[in-house]
Amino acid sequence: MRVWLPYPLLFLGLLIVWLLINQSLSPGQIVLGAILSALLVWIMGNLQPHKSTLRRAGLLLPLAGHIAVDVFRSNLAVMKVILKAGRHPANSGFLTMKIELEDENALAMLACILTATPGTAWLEHDRQTKLLTLHVLDLENEQYWIDLITRRYVTPLKEIFG
Amino acid sequence: MSHVTDLPIWAAALVCLLLLAGSAMTLIGALGLLKLDSFYSRLHAPTLAASGGVLLISLASMICFAVLQSRWIFHEVLIVSFVVLTTPVTLMMLGQSALYRDRFEGEHDVPSKPSGEPVDPDLDNGADV
Amino acid sequence: MSELLIIWAILVSQILLSLAMGCALYRMARGPRAQDRILGLDALYIIAMLLLVTFGIRTANTIYFESALIIALLGFVSSIAFAKFLMRGEVIE
Repeated sequence: MRVWLPYPLLFLGLLIVWLLINQSLSPGQIVLGAILSALLVWIMGNLQPHKSTLRRAGLLLPLAGHIAVDVFRSNLAVMKVILKAGRHPANSGFLTMKIELEDENALAMLACILTATPGTAWLEHDRQTKLLTLHVLDLENEQYWIDLITRRYVTPLKEIFG
Repeated sequence: MSHVTDLPIWAAALVCLLLLAGSAMTLIGALGLLKLDSFYSRLHAPTLAASGGVLLISLASMICFAVLQSRWIFHEVLIVSFVVLTTPVTLMMLGQSALYRDRFEGEHDVPSKPSGEPVDPDLDNGADV
Repeated sequence: MSELLIIWAILVSQILLSLAMGCALYRMARGPRAQDRILGLDALYIIAMLLLVTFGIRTANTIYFESALIIALLGFVSSIAFAKFLMRGEVIE
């Protein structure tokens, strides 16, 4: 199984996307989709992506819930900032913080989470010094943001990826 | 051929609400693109359209088609997941390249490259802001 | 009643989206720098995609979704290519 299908989740995801695009569940489409996804998974294996093991995959679900809540809240906050931007400009600024994450995929996930949340944008991460440069739209209290990011995202990600 | 005016009143109201909320959110995001004063601030604006606007409008269209044709049209799921996954990547790359360019041209209001030794733990906490 | 409501709601949301497109277009035309223009373009294609979805709702035609999906795909690739270009001055490394 490991030899034939090195990435079962990726295979399943690609198959689902194929069936969604074609809007059908007929056996022919399933076979065609399976062949295509197997081919793509094989290509992906040749790219030799960094593999990381999920230690506690069960924690992904509460993390997703946190992200949904945070995206909703910061959407509202950013809307407020934009609507007030004419009268008093936003006190945005750069933020440098230390991130204790080693795993590549965990870092990529953190980057996507932080950028997808309006109000914070990932700019740069240095693998050597582990320093992360962020841009925050509403930077009132630096320590608040550092604590928030560490508590809500970095710690769960560290637990998930081990 | 079913048409959008055949919707029952509850579905129509729901679709209207979602559509208006989504497009208003997108407009606010675009206004942010217009009004905010620095590039890095403007970098936050499109996420508003990408997360809120896309989700709400796609939800409206899903409800509309589910009620009209009594089957789930799942193209919207693809659109939402695709946009939600790709927009952060684009913005990240853009932010990185803007930072690179600003540093290259010697702008003073961007943080310089953090150049601490890996062993020194006391170099963080916004020393460059 | 419900007919009027939904037609007007779609019209209003299309107008709002067009205004949003105008804002993004302005940012794309004015700059001031290359990264601002690319940001405007990025927002522009997302909003155009949303506009296509509302057209799809209006005409109850699913063909619009496929074009919306294609716009999303191509827009992502082009924005990434532009960002890469800004960083290194060449697209393919």
